Amino acid sequence: MKRGYLLTFFILLVAIVFLGKLFSLQILTSTDQGISLESSAVKRIFTYPERGYLFDREGSLLVTNKRSYNLMVIPREVKSLDTLEFCQLLNIEKASFLKRFQKAQKWSSRLPSVFLAHISKEDFAALQEKMHKYKGFYIDKKSLRYYPLTVAANVLGYVNEVNDETARKNPYYHAGELIGTTGVEKQYEKLLRGVKGVKYVQRDRFNKITGTYKQGRFDTLPKSGKDLTLTLDIELQQYGESLMAGKRGGIVALQPATGEILSLITLPNYNPNLMVGRLRSKHSTLFFNDTVNKPMYDRSLLAQYAPGSPFKMIQGLIGLQEGVIRPNTPFYCYHGYRYGAREKEFMGCHCDIYNRPIELRKGIAKSCNSYFSNVYRRIIEKYPTAAEGMDVWSKHVQSFGLGQYLGYDLPQGKKGLVPDAALYNRWYPDGRWRATYTISNAIGQGQILTTPIQLANMTAAIANRGFFYTPHILKKVEGTPISNPKYTQKHLTTVDEKHYKPIVEGMHDVFKTGTAKHVQLKTIEICGKTGTAENFKRIDGKKIQFEDHSIFVAFAPKTNPQIALAVYIENGGFGSNIAAPIASLMIEKYLRGTISNKWWEQKMLNSDLNDVYEKQLNAKQ
Amino acid sequence: MRTKRTNIFYGVDLTLVLLYLFLIAFGWMNIYAASVTEQAHEILDFGTKYGKQLLWISLSFVLIVILLFFDAKTYEKFASILYILSLSSLLGLFVFGKTINGATSWYSLGNFSLQPSEFVKFATALALARLVSDRQYDLKLVKNQVKAIVLIFLPAALITLQPDPGSALVYISFFFVLYREGLPLHFITIGAIAILLFLLTLAFGFQSVLLVCYVLLVLFILYVLLYKKKSLKFHWAKIFGLFAIVGLFLFSVDYVFNSVFEQRHRDRFNILLGKNNDTKGVGYNTNQSVLTVKSGGFSGKGFLQGDRTRGDFVPEQHTDYIFSALGEEWGFLGSSLLVLLFTAFVLRILYLAERQKTTFSRVYGYGIAAVFFFHYTINIGMVIGLFPTIGIPLPFFSYGGSALWGFTVLLFLFIKLDASRSYEL
Repeated sequence: MKRGYLLTFFILLVAIVFLGKLFSLQILTSTDQGISLESSAVKRIFTYPERGYLFDREGSLLVTNKRSYNLMVIPREVKSLDTLEFCQLLNIEKASFLKRFQKAQKWSSRLPSVFLAHISKEDFAALQEKMHKYKGFYIDKKSLRYYPLTVAANVLGYVNEVNDETARKNPYYHAGELIGTTGVEKQYEKLLRGVKGVKYVQRDRFNKITGTYKQGRFDTLPKSGKDLTLTLDIELQQYGESLMAGKRGGIVALQPATGEILSLITLPNYNPNLMVGRLRSKHSTLFFNDTVNKPMYDRSLLAQYAPGSPFKMIQGLIGLQEGVIRPNTPFYCYHGYRYGAREKEFMGCHCDIYNRPIELRKGIAKSCNSYFSNVYRRIIEKYPTAAEGMDVWSKHVQSFGLGQYLGYDLPQGKKGLVPDAALYNRWYPDGRWRATYTISNAIGQGQILTTPIQLANMTAAIANRGFFYTPHILKKVEGTPISNPKYTQKHLTTVDEKHYKPIVEGMHDVFKTGTAKHVQLKTIEICGKTGTAENFKRIDGKKIQFEDHSIFVAFAPKTNPQIALAVYIENGGFGSNIAAPIASLMIEKYLRGTISNKWWEQKMLNSDLNDVYEKQLNAKQ
Repeated sequence: MRTKRTNIFYGVDLTLVLLYLFLIAFGWMNIYAASVTEQAHEILDFGTKYGKQLLWISLSFVLIVILLFFDAKTYEKFASILYILSLSSLLGLFVFGKTINGATSWYSLGNFSLQPSEFVKFATALALARLVSDRQYDLKLVKNQVKAIVLIFLPAALITLQPDPGSALVYISFFFVLYREGLPLHFITIGAIAILLFLLTLAFGFQSVLLVCYVLLVLFILYVLLYKKKSLKFHWAKIFGLFAIVGLFLFSVDYVFNSVFEQRHRDRFNILLGKNNDTKGVGYNTNQSVLTVKSGGFSGKGFLQGDRTRGDFVPEQHTDYIFSALGEEWGFLGSSLLVLLFTAFVLRILYLAERQKTTFSRVYGYGIAAVFFFHYTINIGMVIGLFPTIGIPLPFFSYGGSALWGFTVLLFLFIKLDASRSYEL
């Protein structure tokens, strides 16, 4: 009977193969039991909590939500209806009705699709009463962001629909949901959005919902988003934005005692209400493609410029700290400073104090290039090699928050640049470079780059006489002040407090007798410093000089400062022309609430640099 | 001396009957899970799939009583007539048949449809048993081989023409019987090699398989020549014939696959061979059923808790893909239990077949064991992604009256034959 065993053999073989395959399918590679919620047979329906509101420091409402209504249709479930009445209710033509219906049907007859988007509140009210008559149609409520004041778009940011990439990276999100994309909306997305609720329903292979899944055992309720209070003073922000009209640049105003950001202004900017809902895709293309005005580019955080003269304060402070000068150490200026034998090794100066001793306070007030070139040389040359001196100098500068990300709570930024020995060793591999090679650093030109917020923070450190808090935008969450140590911990500079006095006096003189004398205020003691950064662009291999960038940093009052700010105007010319008046107006606005200097206010509101920008653009082309 | 028959259930094999009842009951539970909806509640609602199946099950019990009532000798006597009747029922389809899913395999009887091919299996098994049980019959003779093969292929050919190639494939299983009864081994060997070459050709292409085959043949000849030192002087004709046959076969496989098969047949093979990863279109069924089985895990999601089964993710789940419902809701425990039960079931039939006293009963028993084996192997293999999509039902499990009755007749005829053995001394 041996022949009978062949079939038996096959039967046993098949049994073993099947058991093996089932073992590998159901035990080795099985999708885990618990994840049956993830199974394609179970659909999650999310309920979205209302997104948190944003307020300014005084409690003004900055961002809120607006309801939007979409009329949805499931073509398969539509029964015969009074088309005429329906069209009248919706204010659409019959042809349009048919077109929309066919479009929905073409996409899917079983799944809902948008029939008419963004119905007004009034139409919704009228429609809602009659909806029961139209089987297969229903109204889907959506929440849109609304900005009642239309300012500070760069700070507040906007929400956008989650794209596939984000959804892949972050399992919380699904494509098409809303997510903060820039500004505070992005930074505090988790607080603002809350936690969505979820309802599990059973569905079939056509995606049609056939009932709840396990009697709603796994369902959760949504947790609403948190309301946030920002450190912004929206009146100051608004005022600053209006002063900047027609100009390009940024203003950053901080509260030195806390590091709170009072204003963060960039111009040109955009109306945040244009980046909402259906309008968003159209306008974002428009805004992002505007490479001339760059409304989406936050100059206050991202623009890196040479700081110019305001950097001289830091130079003076380091000189004092290193002991290479004393407040009364005199230097002489001969319309400039010669640092080498060759003709071009000469740095010009506009201080007009020819061959008379200049002390530190006067050096600041008159912004003498020669003075600070001497200081810089002494700092570097104090050490046996230029490299060592450079690193000491660099460390001092960096203690003011320059050349690094500040760590503020906004999602974008730039590091800026503070050169060190390593940089110059790369440039001069033989290592035989000296202080005079890098003499431009003395006056804030050279390789140094800073962003407006770094400059404002540096000014705050001087206002505080030796320390600063990391700038931040969040003040309270649901009314409770923040306690994040990142923003409540003092950062000390490497310069002792006693050295600040002559510097502050010099800055005070800028308003009393110096370059900002024309915009001094009777009732407020302001300390400031003008700056002018030369602006070269390389076009067709030629170095062309454009109108200088106008810079001004200031804090006020002189004792117990309440505000420190940096104003940066692209191609604004000499610092005292535009940047200084704007700084003065901002300070008065913040400290007094009213403006005494009406003439300057009008002049600033009306000044327009578009001719200059036009010229520059034409030159480039 | 004959024992007087008073009880028609006398001598029936309890093991088989219990296995049968268990499979039917378990099968019905899975049909219920696969077809129940939230709206329907009545178990005896004949508008539902599970309600109808319950009706088929009760009617099959009637059928069993009728089958057991007749004398075992009757079936042997009427084997030829039953065979001819069943062939004519297949022929009748070409005139009166009803087309469902593209195959004219059904007779329409009011609200119900009957699939005659399910009943041809037992008639063929009976006829084959009758043929082989002849004392003069010797399968070593070519004449007898031809007779047997014609007997098997006639219904298969008619079913292929419906077209229902899946059901026709089942008749291959009768070769196990012929082998058992003395058909030379090379029939099966050549058949197995042919199937292997067929699959290899599809997987790797005509040219490469041809090349490998020829290289192997040449190596074999060199081995014989050089190591065995045998002269092949008188065998060259055979060797060239071998080369020609292999080449021709591979070529015809290539030709049949690309020119005779329809796209859907090609797709089925391509999915299995991993050449087609389309899980949305043609591969949808297999992909969904494998995923469904997978999702069951070790102990399953529980009866009526399979969300993929309830969501109707596997098309035709209550018929050919019923095993996926079981895999999801009962997990590895349930599905491996079923595999073991089927294995035990056919092994029990084989065991009983071997102890039959008459060739007729033995051949019949062996035949139906092969048929059951073939059915569950192909069906489960398809559901768990081992075999291409071949639409044949899982015995006692799949929804459908014809299949259930066909399998019931197949089994209980044998139980009757086996029962008679004990009192015919």
